[in-house]
Amino acid sequence: MTTITKKPINPTAHLTPEDVEQIGVELDAIRQDILDSRGEQDAAYIRKVVDVQRKLELGSRAVLLVSAFPPAFVLGTVGLSVSKILENMEIGHNVMHGQWDWMRDPKIHSTTWEWDNASTADGWKHSHNEIHHTYTNIVGKDNDLGYGIMRVDEDQRWYPFHLGQPLWNFINACFFEYGIAAYDLELGKNLKVPKEKRSEAFKNNARNTLAKIRKQATKDYVVHPLMSLPTGSFVPTLVANVTANVVRNLWTHSVIMCGHFPEGVETFEKTSIPDHETRGEWYVRQMLGSANISGSKAMHLMTGNLSHQIEHHLFPDLPSNRYAEVAPKVKALFDKYGLNYHEASLPAQVGSAWHKVVRLSLPNGWLATTNAKNLPGQLKLLSTMATGNRKVRRAAQARLEQLARRQSQVAKAA
Amino acid sequence: MPRTTTLPFPGLVSPDHRERPLRRLALGARRHAAAVAEALATPLVPADYLDVFAPLRPGAELRGRVVAVEPETADAATIVIRPGADWVGHVPGQYLRIGVDVDGVRQWRAYSLTHGPRADGCVSVTVKAVPDGAVSPYLVHRVRPGTLLHLEQATGEFVLPPSADKLLFVTAGSGITPVIGMLRNLFPVADSGVVRLPRSADRDIVVVHLAPSAPTSIFAADLAALDEAGAIHLVSRYDDTHGFFDVADLAELVPDLAERSTLACGPAGLLDALETHHETAGLPLSTERFRAAPVVAGEGGTLDFTRSTTTVESDGSTSILDAGESAGVLMPSGCRMGVCFGCVVPLREGAVRDLRNGELTTAVPGETPPTGVPIQTCISAAAGPCQIDL
Ligand SMILES: Cc1cc2nc3c(=O)[nH]c(=O)nc-3n(C[C@H](O)[C@H](O)[C@H](O)COP(=O)(O)OP(=O)(O)OC[C@H]3O[C@@H](n4cnc5c(N)ncnc54)[C@H](O)[C@@H]3O)c2cc1C
Ligand code: FES
Repeated sequence: MTTITKKPINPTAHLTPEDVEQIGVELDAIRQDILDSRGEQDAAYIRKVVDVQRKLELGSRAVLLVSAFPPAFVLGTVGLSVSKILENMEIGHNVMHGQWDWMRDPKIHSTTWEWDNASTADGWKHSHNEIHHTYTNIVGKDNDLGYGIMRVDEDQRWYPFHLGQPLWNFINACFFEYGIAAYDLELGKNLKVPKEKRSEAFKNNARNTLAKIRKQATKDYVVHPLMSLPTGSFVPTLVANVTANVVRNLWTHSVIMCGHFPEGVETFEKTSIPDHETRGEWYVRQMLGSANISGSKAMHLMTGNLSHQIEHHLFPDLPSNRYAEVAPKVKALFDKYGLNYHEASLPAQVGSAWHKVVRLSLPNGWLATTNAKNLPGQLKLLSTMATGNRKVRRAAQARLEQLARRQSQVAKAA
Repeated sequence: MPRTTTLPFPGLVSPDHRERPLRRLALGARRHAAAVAEALATPLVPADYLDVFAPLRPGAELRGRVVAVEPETADAATIVIRPGADWVGHVPGQYLRIGVDVDGVRQWRAYSLTHGPRADGCVSVTVKAVPDGAVSPYLVHRVRPGTLLHLEQATGEFVLPPSADKLLFVTAGSGITPVIGMLRNLFPVADSGVVRLPRSADRDIVVVHLAPSAPTSIFAADLAALDEAGAIHLVSRYDDTHGFFDVADLAELVPDLAERSTLACGPAGLLDALETHHETAGLPLSTERFRAAPVVAGEGGTLDFTRSTTTVESDGSTSILDAGESAGVLMPSGCRMGVCFGCVVPLREGAVRDLRNGELTTAVPGETPPTGVPIQTCISAAAGPCQIDL
């Protein structure tokens, strides 16, 4: 997709500056409603989720002690996967956002929480809460989901190595927790700096992250399997832990892809953001830069209510259990101001996001112009582009554009 | 030649050769078990899991469970609490800080213990509901048996002086609570009535108790019973029957005032007046205050960054983040717009206003957590003088 300012029809063109500020006022009012009614029931909710998650984790780990017995292996693995997902999504992510800081409970607080993930809470809070939530979907500023390693926008120049992008994305999904840790450290950027010139801050963060990874791996892959040794369940327990971590990684990766990546979610140009973005302008960017997943209560819980990604991005510090309640009001506001409330089922959003990954792994226009009939020719063109130099690529790109124009003329005529 | 080996725990020195290997083994085993438990629980700690099942166990953070709520008057109740295993006990007259979740928000308040050591191992406090109070109405009217509370160990200097036998207690309203704790300890009440113990045989005690009216007076019946049994001499003054109390009347009510050590607990006005009176008369006085000077929220104020030893004047519309930074304080920050919580620091004392909705957050030492109240500096402005732990 093209950044919003380069689109033929800018979806915000019909909004006057007054509209934008009015949207800000109305969203602030929605937020205030929740703040005013936040209380005992919300506190009971998060405590319950934490309680259930811990019991589920302990129960699953206990069952895995005898995981040489296949039903125990299955039960324990499923339980541990669910527990890890709950811990990362509905608890960790949201607690670290400060959604529960108002309770003043030092045990459920953004400044003290550490989550069951390779990345450190501090690193995550910086890269996610500060960078991603502040600069949401600004190409070049928002590092979320591989903007560093992937082509996420037509305006990014295509290189042959982008052909591997679907594969990188899949590998990233499997090892997502390490991918996140690497983003948090800005590993790519920092490793380019010669060793002796790397900043103290980076070295410190890298040390902390490595220490965390070591502890996490020791727990899941050494100590817990060893506990199962007496029943001959070392290997099944190890496999269960690996599985649970991969399942959690694939799930979180999918949910996060759904949040900002499906086709139709807007991205923004660095230069299009005013130096002093108003609250209204910031709100509008969040409204257009996020996508929701529709589904059951259980699905909302398992996504950490990131299924309400739009609401989450508008109000990242509201308790997650209240997003469902504000969603209809937010949707009504989208309708009122003629903006597109991007919502679809999980399979549709995941499919759409993957479609975009594949489409952008190919030169602009290639996927759209390819059909069964012209496939051989298109493949040949692609291989020329993949192997040729810059000049060859530019010429081939021009051919693709010409083809696209011709196809659209034919379509119009028909 | 005597040899002593210092074990990894300071202060643990084994003098006996035969005992040493065994004890070392036991210590080593315990340390290893702890290390394994930590490795199993990371990134949490084993306590996080144990708390799910046994919040009152030894080694846990100090907590207590409400066992009973006994009404005393229309707006006061005694809360009986079973404290966690690590409760070390108290001296009557001392108080207990209680962390209670009211409307989901953890609030800390101090309450005097209203008894001596109890046979059932429970502790009790008696709370008077302050109109519009955050915590006291909750404890009096809403808290239910089974509720988990957070506790600190008992503390306080307002206890019986060991030497003085001739005492005067001046209490007003709920200020009776620490005093009733001391009196109950001196004079336990059994089925047969007030028990006289050797430890209280020589005490000569006068209690001047003030309250707006007899029915609103907590522990009025207990005081009357003690008076009847001859344990104390009670002078009750009710505003509605006797008119407002004036400290100058004290000499008349207690003729041997000069021979007594005075312990007083009640509203600030009374205690201030008593302090002046006793100072002028050169008499010993010990007081317990229930309330520190209230925070008066203003517009703007002096920001005192305690660890950076920087102070800066700030108006009511500048964020503390901006004010601190412009004064050269190394402020943590992130989005600068209230979404990331990268700028949270503890407010030790004072009041701040949320720049988005005007909401006030206050920190009062002794009431809010000892570590301070976390505030987001980027969306908070000073609303009075503030002490910030940075
Ligand atoms: C050492 C110590 C021992 C204490 N022991 C007891 C005790 O045994 N029993 C007991 O009931 N309280 C006791 N208190 C007072 C108690 O800690 C709370 O301050 C009180 O319960 C009010 O809390 P709140 O949250 O209801 O009111 P807040 O929400 O803190 O205050 C609401 C309003 O009430 C006013 N206010 C606060 N406290 C009082 C007060 N004591 N009298 C009149 N107005 C007040 C405030 O200025 C404010 O306007 C003690 C305090 C201290 C420091
Ligand atoms: S700097 Fe982000 S919340 Fe204050």
